[in-house]
Amino acid sequence: MLEVDGLTVSYGPVRALRGVSFAARPSTITAVLGANGAGKTTLLRAMTGLVRPQEGSVRFDDHELTGLPVEEVVRLGVAHVPEGRGVIDQLTVEENLRLGALWRKDKSDRKRALAETYDLFPPLAERRRRLGAALSGGERQMLAIGRALVSRPRVLLLDEPSLGLAPLVTAQLMALLAELTLLASLTVILVEQNARSALSVATWAVVINLGQVVVSDTAAAVGTDTGLRHHYLGF
Amino acid sequence: MSHFVNLSLNGISSGMIYASVALGLVLVWRATRIINFAQGSMAMFSTYMAVTLLDRNLGYWEAFAVALAVGLALGAVVERTLIRPLQGKPELNPVIVTFGLFILLEGVAGAIFGVRSRGVPAAFSQSGLTIGHHRVSFSHFDLFVLGSVLALMVLMLVLFRATDVGLRMRASAFAPEMSRLVGVRVGRVLTLGWALASLAGSLAGLLVAPRSAFSPNYMDLILVYAFTAAVVGGLESPVGALVGGLLTGLVLSFVGGYLGSSLEPLGAAVILILVLSARPEGLFSRPAARQV
Ligand SMILES: Nc1ncnc2c1ncn2[C@@H]1O[C@H](COP(=O)(O)OP(=O)(O)OP(=O)(O)O)[C@@H](O)[C@H]1O
Ligand SMILES: [Mg+2]
Repeated sequence: MLEVDGLTVSYGPVRALRGVSFAARPSTITAVLGANGAGKTTLLRAMTGLVRPQEGSVRFDDHELTGLPVEEVVRLGVAHVPEGRGVIDQLTVEENLRLGALWRKDKSDRKRALAETYDLFPPLAERRRRLGAALSGGERQMLAIGRALVSRPRVLLLDEPSLGLAPLVTAQLMALLAELTLLASLTVILVEQNARSALSVATWAVVINLGQVVVSDTAAAVGTDTGLRHHYLGF
Repeated sequence: MSHFVNLSLNGISSGMIYASVALGLVLVWRATRIINFAQGSMAMFSTYMAVTLLDRNLGYWEAFAVALAVGLALGAVVERTLIRPLQGKPELNPVIVTFGLFILLEGVAGAIFGVRSRGVPAAFSQSGLTIGHHRVSFSHFDLFVLGSVLALMVLMLVLFRATDVGLRMRASAFAPEMSRLVGVRVGRVLTLGWALASLAGSLAGLLVAPRSAFSPNYMDLILVYAFTAAVVGGLESPVGALVGGLLTGLVLSFVGGYLGSSLEPLGAAVILILVLSARPEGLFSRPAARQV
């Protein structure tokens, strides 16, 4: 169980989150939706400790994540694919991927996870020795997602993963996420601009507006509420 | 002609020493964006450990190993206790701290060991080798300098390029926040970087001692030349440190040999000015990565 409780984050005078609370049930996908500037990215960053909340807490199973250094949160099995640029430009594709799994003890499984990621994203396999700086936008996104997956996370925080990916690749990714929640009991928090596609794969949905939770319900309920859709989701 | 050859050989030998100290400067710069003004005096400190042990009749190689270990530990301790607390503080602080450490170490060494210079035994003969019928000014000790610094460089290169630890070190140097986000304990990596940098300095300290007027400030000028070498090499690249070291060593050897040894420090200044005005990013920095 992943629980966010009363999270408040300010950037100087700017309040980005005001008392956000929700719980993500294990082995499900929770979509986090909202307009530009609603606070979605800030929410994910506060969950891994990249920004420090002024108030509130984040708990994962028996662990209090609030206040832990980022790297220790990640080592508990919480992987975070940040918005946009997560790839380390000066390292090769393979080095970026290896880095994702480096903290895990099981070396042979690290190799296996690497091979699985190459199967999942064939363009990466063809560009193993290429520097991160020399990838296209979509390839960078694949690499950032692949690097999170090789760590075999228990919680996966995705910030607009479909950005820059071809529709077919996005569809494959969504199908994979659904599969991983079932087979690997992965819990996914999916931040998406494309509400329709996120709701089609998510079980739960949280809608954020101006740093506050507007609705937290099943994806089906949110997707069929025309008022909500018109007001906050733009479809 | 033979004067030229001898000067070249001397240049290579001292260049390897500058390269070793420059490697230390580069490792610290890459990891923490700090110029470690205490790099030379830390090496002085570990070398005094070796010399003290030699005075008490410990074997040469045992003392050598102890000095390297002291160097490694000193680097780690300095990072943990002095550098770590500076994170997120204004830029000037690290300068003040490493410069302060430089003064402190030399002061303490002077108080304990005295400031008068003394001799230090060398591991190998320092008299020139005879090649064919010619005696050149390149000794067994010079060979040892060449071999040991090269060995260190190769080991470091293997560490960086072919091990998990090296991957963590490179990732942390390039993108610390992103590295944390994939579970790298960046703090430990920085400690290791400082330790390895100090180790490289210690090796140089041991190599310089037998051919210098050994006293608490015997590494000062070496640090200036090593800084020149590191800047020539671009401050970012270990290979750059090696090439920068050799280049600086050769040029200074020619300056000293043809124009007079008192002009060597001026030669270093000229190299610095030339490089900084022609290629401020150094001769060996990579082209800037694409910024997205
Ligand atoms: N580093 C920062 N400094 C100051 N204000 C910030 C910073 N990052 C975000 N903000 C502000 O906080 C609010 C929430 O930003 P956030 O990035 O979390 O939104 P978002 O929901 O992810 O938007 P988008 O869909 O555009 O990615 C915005 O008003 C934004 O301007
Ligand atoms: Mg965002």
